[in-house]
Amino acid sequence: MQLTVLLIVLALLTVIGYQMGRSRAVASVGGRIVELHSVPSYHGFYVALWAGLPALLLFAFWGASEGWLVMQMVLSGLPDRLVNGDAQSLGLLRADILNLAHGVATGREPDPEVVAAAERYLRLHALGDWSLLVIGCCIAIAGLIYARGRIDPDLRARNRVERTVNIALVICSLVAILTTIGIVLSLLFEAIRFFAVVNPLEFLFGTHWSPQMAMRADQVGSSGSFGAIPLFAGTLLITGIAMAVAVPVGLMAAIFMSEYASPGLRTWLKPILEVLAGIPTVVYGFFAALTMAPFVRDVGNSLGLSVSSESALAAGFVMGVMIIPFVSSLSDDVINAVPQSLRDGSYGLGATKSETIRLVVLPAALPGIVAAIMLAVSRAIGETMIVTMAAGLTANLTANPLDAVTTVTTQIATLLVGDQEFDSPKTLSAFGLGLVLFVVTLTLNMVALRVVQKYREKYD
Amino acid sequence: MSVAVTKSRYQSEEFSARLRRRYAAERRFRIAGMVAVGIASLMLVVLLGSIVSKGYTAFWQAQIRLEVTLDKQQVEERNYTAIVRQALYAQVPAATDRATRRSLNDLLSSGAPYELEAMVNANPSLVGTTQTVWVRADDEIDQFMKGFIRRDVPESERRLNDVKIAAIDALVANGSIRSTFNTTLFTAGDSREPEQAGILGAVVGSALTLVVTMLLSVPIGIAAAVYLEEFAPKNRWTDLIEVNINNLAAVPSIIFGLLGLAVFLGFFGLPRSAPLVGGLVMALMTLPVIIIASRVALKAVPPSIREAALGVGASPLQTVTHHVLPLALPGILTGTIIGMARALGETAPLLMIGMVAFIVDIPGGLTDSATAIPVQIYMWADSPERAFTERTSAAILILLAFLILMNGLAVFLRKKFERRW
Repeated sequence: MQLTVLLIVLALLTVIGYQMGRSRAVASVGGRIVELHSVPSYHGFYVALWAGLPALLLFAFWGASEGWLVMQMVLSGLPDRLVNGDAQSLGLLRADILNLAHGVATGREPDPEVVAAAERYLRLHALGDWSLLVIGCCIAIAGLIYARGRIDPDLRARNRVERTVNIALVICSLVAILTTIGIVLSLLFEAIRFFAVVNPLEFLFGTHWSPQMAMRADQVGSSGSFGAIPLFAGTLLITGIAMAVAVPVGLMAAIFMSEYASPGLRTWLKPILEVLAGIPTVVYGFFAALTMAPFVRDVGNSLGLSVSSESALAAGFVMGVMIIPFVSSLSDDVINAVPQSLRDGSYGLGATKSETIRLVVLPAALPGIVAAIMLAVSRAIGETMIVTMAAGLTANLTANPLDAVTTVTTQIATLLVGDQEFDSPKTLSAFGLGLVLFVVTLTLNMVALRVVQKYREKYD
Repeated sequence: MSVAVTKSRYQSEEFSARLRRRYAAERRFRIAGMVAVGIASLMLVVLLGSIVSKGYTAFWQAQIRLEVTLDKQQVEERNYTAIVRQALYAQVPAATDRATRRSLNDLLSSGAPYELEAMVNANPSLVGTTQTVWVRADDEIDQFMKGFIRRDVPESERRLNDVKIAAIDALVANGSIRSTFNTTLFTAGDSREPEQAGILGAVVGSALTLVVTMLLSVPIGIAAAVYLEEFAPKNRWTDLIEVNINNLAAVPSIIFGLLGLAVFLGFFGLPRSAPLVGGLVMALMTLPVIIIASRVALKAVPPSIREAALGVGASPLQTVTHHVLPLALPGILTGTIIGMARALGETAPLLMIGMVAFIVDIPGGLTDSATAIPVQIYMWADSPERAFTERTSAAILILLAFLILMNGLAVFLRKKFERRW
């Protein structure tokens, strides 16, 4: 509430600042704008920036640190018996306070101290918001007055405004880097915690996956086992099936569209592939689970085969269909990048169209096509919804496409859906899997992008 | 070598056989291409066909007519269940014994008493009168009316017993059952009962998420693209940023979900299931898409425009904001809309940050618990009831309608403002 008010006040102050700066600049030279160093609007922007920016930075800083700060203050006020636990019980305490403060039922009778802490949390929160509102407004007004006082015909307003904008642009372009760093750090951090419990070698090369942790330490199978080989094998199986569908169909479709189809036909075919590419993956998942899987099972049963109702074949086939447009549009690009002169030379020697394509165009486009296939593989490995909805959950180490297998992404999704403790190896194992997934897809992408870039330069 | 020999070689049996083979190979190759395109088109038709054929019935819903007597005492006791049931028994006079009546109770949606209560609360003067109301039938009655539960199946394998079917026949005979447009689907939040479940909560959740995504990723994306395309020096540092953006565009979406879980929920302590967090994650995910599209659009503006602006004394920033950006804007907008459409259809990262909860209320703010349309589809797809399968397909149709709308807008903008230099 207070935050919304602050944002509205800030917006108003910047508009007022702009008008003030502008009119004061014009007034300072008595209307002879030529005598100003910068045009009046830059003076306006100068004042507006001073009014809005410092308060906005404070706002952003507060928004990022408020929860943590308030929680620290609340925790420091609690008696030692509650606070002096290990990291896990402290996390639980925090969650309790937050749940109570937000009126979510915790399911157990709360400690009166914790209830008091929750109230304190709410009070401090409100206090913080109010003080932010007051301080923010003060800073904005102070900035406005300061900047207005500096308006002068000789003020280099344009240079200052432009420098600020430039810095803002640089910061925006750094967000992408920050995202990557965030991904790497969060995956690494949680994965290291996981590997502190589970041996990395056992994780990467173990053949038994059952992440269920027992409630008590003395229960049978209490440790859970985290051998991820069945997941990798399942992922490879489904990816392999998907590629067996997507690569021939996608490649042939691209060849047909770029070499054979008339322009009229192309305008019909291109949108079909674009629609196929635009359908959300959850829709493919639904199709795989409710139409494709029963169909595959019925066909298999009528042939006398035993087919699981969550067969890898159904999920892989639908994933292949999803990837067809991806393969075809990337291959289309590389095929079109092959210079016409190569084709003309081949036709001149008397080759037919298909011979030209098979013996000249495709070899010339091969690096690009390989890169496209690598990108498609990385896409298939990382695809989540189809396999979560249509593939199984049990980790089978099998190469039979009619059996149910599970994949890395399915496991990540199922391990983390629902309320789980953030510290159990079961949850952390999802980050271990995520790290493997990230490294594999990143490597595939990097190599593929390299190949594409190298190849593009060859004919330019 | 004489000419005659060469000529005969071109007319020889082997030559024409070889030529026939080559032409046959040519035809086969061409047919293979057609088959590939055909498979892709066929799959699209099968996919859309199966969803439409499964889903169109969800837009209709069976209702049962009741003559309810709003007895004053029962209303005061808020015993609407009894009121509704009495009215139903009156409709099926054949049912007199307890067992039959008990199975009649299942004919109505469990939400029917609440519907009635809402009606009375809205208009208290109805108390003491007899009103004709249409209330929703239970989802199994609905499925029966639509022909998905067949009466020729033995009773033990059927979801509806013979008593209920007889009651339905009686209701049909006196015109007390009708099929109307299913408004609940568009006006209600999620529910465990298919006939009371709607998509509105998910639509609002998706809208809130997309607003956050757009507010963050569009300005940041355009600013980053402008910097990289117009201002950045060509050095290793900007190369790194570029490689980075290209790689981010290909990172699996579930990894962004893990990032959101670890950073936004774990580190910053933002609330679970909130559109705010969903929007943040989606913004990071669509950012590379928007940057890449914006850079392409900026690149398409010819250098002569920049040189002319610089020539008349504009500063580099003025050149960009006054001339280059307005000219590139249609392209940027198109890319942005396509990025938003992708974010609208994305599910996996939202699962990670807990937007997969069962939420009945329609979210009212950025920090309320919410779900999104694709996640709703995912959750309904898991439900065993036949009626939910139908609603899942209907939800998919609604999602696809939104996507077609957005992509159509993008195509329209591209066509209208496309400019060849």
